[in-house]
Amino acid sequence: MSTIIIAFNNTDIAFNISPKPSMEAVPCSQLYYTVCLLSLHNHHHNFLFNQFHKRMISLRVPAPSSFNLQRLNSQALERRWRLGRDCFLSFSPSCVENRIGLGVRSTKSEMAPFTAAEEETLPEGLQPELMPKHVAVIMDGNGRWAKNQGLQPWDGHRAGVEALREIVELCGKWGIQVLTVFAFSTDNWIRPKIEIDFLLSLFERTLKSELETLAKNNVRISIIGDSSKLPKSLLEVINEVEEVTKNNTRLQLIVAVGYSGKYDVLQACRGIAQRVKDGEIDVEEIDEGLIEQELETNVTEFPYPDLLIRTSGELRVSNFLLWQLAYTELFFAQELWPDFGRNGFVEALMSFQQRQRRFGGRKS
Amino acid sequence: MCRRENNDLSGNDVVQSFITGSGSFPTFASLNSQLRILVLSLLPSTISDPKNLGTVLHFIYLSSGEGMGGGIRQLLEQVHRLSRRCLFRVLSMGPLPTHLAFIMDGNRRYAKKRGLEDGSGHKAGFSALMSMLQYCYELGIKYVTVYAFSIDNFRRKPEEVQSLMDLMLEKIKSLLDKESIVHEYGIRVYFIGNLGLLNDQVRAAAEEVMKATAKNSRVVLLVCVAYNSTDEIVQAVKRSCVDKADRDVERIQLVDIEENMQMSVAPEPDILIRSSGETRLSNFLLWQTGNSQLFSPDALWPEIGLRHLVWAILNFQRSHSYLEKKKKQL
Repeated sequence: MSTIIIAFNNTDIAFNISPKPSMEAVPCSQLYYTVCLLSLHNHHHNFLFNQFHKRMISLRVPAPSSFNLQRLNSQALERRWRLGRDCFLSFSPSCVENRIGLGVRSTKSEMAPFTAAEEETLPEGLQPELMPKHVAVIMDGNGRWAKNQGLQPWDGHRAGVEALREIVELCGKWGIQVLTVFAFSTDNWIRPKIEIDFLLSLFERTLKSELETLAKNNVRISIIGDSSKLPKSLLEVINEVEEVTKNNTRLQLIVAVGYSGKYDVLQACRGIAQRVKDGEIDVEEIDEGLIEQELETNVTEFPYPDLLIRTSGELRVSNFLLWQLAYTELFFAQELWPDFGRNGFVEALMSFQQRQRRFGGRKS
Repeated sequence: MCRRENNDLSGNDVVQSFITGSGSFPTFASLNSQLRILVLSLLPSTISDPKNLGTVLHFIYLSSGEGMGGGIRQLLEQVHRLSRRCLFRVLSMGPLPTHLAFIMDGNRRYAKKRGLEDGSGHKAGFSALMSMLQYCYELGIKYVTVYAFSIDNFRRKPEEVQSLMDLMLEKIKSLLDKESIVHEYGIRVYFIGNLGLLNDQVRAAAEEVMKATAKNSRVVLLVCVAYNSTDEIVQAVKRSCVDKADRDVERIQLVDIEENMQMSVAPEPDILIRSSGETRLSNFLLWQTGNSQLFSPDALWPEIGLRHLVWAILNFQRSHSYLEKKKKQL
């Protein structure tokens, strides 16, 4: 059963999503919600449920099929949950006075709990021996998706996080060993401050809340990129997450935050120059292997992606993973990132498996 | 091609040679597309009397030789050129790219598909390259880069590598000819790559061409031979380390690496076109194509034509305004 909580006062409605009512891991794409309306006047129902419907879409959760209004008093409400103001929309009703608690529930079918050790069989058409070891993803299109749905850009980013969860899960199940995602580029610093703040706080919150799930599912997280501009609290969370998961082996999730391919080569160059200056190596000894060691992707055993997926139909690499993309197969998907779920991923993998990779030589 | 002295051959002989492919006459298959269309359109009227066909074909051969100044062929070419100019004028209404890069992939597959011998795929590729260059420069694109030979390609069979090197030597030398495309468009040619890996003859020819065209400034052609983007970056890093050896390491900036790159003579490519439908960069211009539009038509390189170029430019124009907005924000 899934239900949604909405807190409603004179001027705005806030959602709180409580992801896990019980301590068992819940499937990432299916979340539990509890709904409670603090005050509601009769003729605001339709408007409210409309907005609410839109919010559900932004969270990539199927909208409830029916609403069940119940009265709750506000004290029972305080006890049950904390108002976190995850989502927010402004609303000024003409007359709202009674603080009556109402509950809304939707009916949903039973969900199977996610077990960490589950190995799913590959979908038809995919061969296990041709699966890429390292997949890189440019998660493009959150802003456009939100605009198409009539939502704010940060709703698009939230939907993006949900989509990412799904892909991480699939990678873990299908034996892909490294997944690199382009979360935040050096070019993105020019976006409006409110969006950047939201993105970074979303990142922080997601890391904190997902830490347990990741640890349980044997996923190792590494963060690459220029961390000098990130807020301190985020850096602390990053260090903690990296430390806790550093021995996990099933899937390595590399998140590129404040990263750019050119910057990576530049810092490798600086590192090498320093080593030359210290007399450790000779200038003549600089070669490709040395640069590879100095790049930030040296946190993994497979630094070169086999497949790069970019969503939203843009046909560019946008300075993501420059050196490492020398022989990567590129796949450009038309869907926007929040819509790129399992189907899009399977399509990308099938396209990859049909390609002939020759690396400059001749196919025998 | 035939000469004037073959005038006395009868029409029947011509038709016979044409069909059987014997003698000194080229066959139907070797005619270019314009002439083929012409021949086919004339067939109905001459089918009753083969001698008529023979005379017609004779006329065509004569006109396409050097003897009569290549009448029909030149006429057709003029028509094509005029229609191209109209098309390009329409295209120039929108923004045009400054720099186009090509990965010339698919020559061997083309040879296999057509059942030709191994080396001829690359020859066909070269003529496709010449026509693409002609279109680009007619359109007014200033910089064109082509990926001729990668360092990875040295790993192929020695005979193939040698034949490629011979072909390159021949074509590089032909660039110095008076009638070559270099003089027609005032091209400045650069050879980018680790030229030390080439054999002496090719390297000498390349350097000669670079020196000879150094004064040209209208348009630029960059040919990447013995090139790998990772190799280029390594060389640039080496040079930066040497330059900054005495100064603080932290002072090394992006511009220091960039100015030491061999490709710094040209701006970043606006469009990267890779033929044969593969979508990968294959270690080509990794540093410079960060913001380039990638385009992979399915046609093999010898089959590439004007329509692919036009399509690429139309796509570029479509996303140009959005990209300009982003660039201004940066």
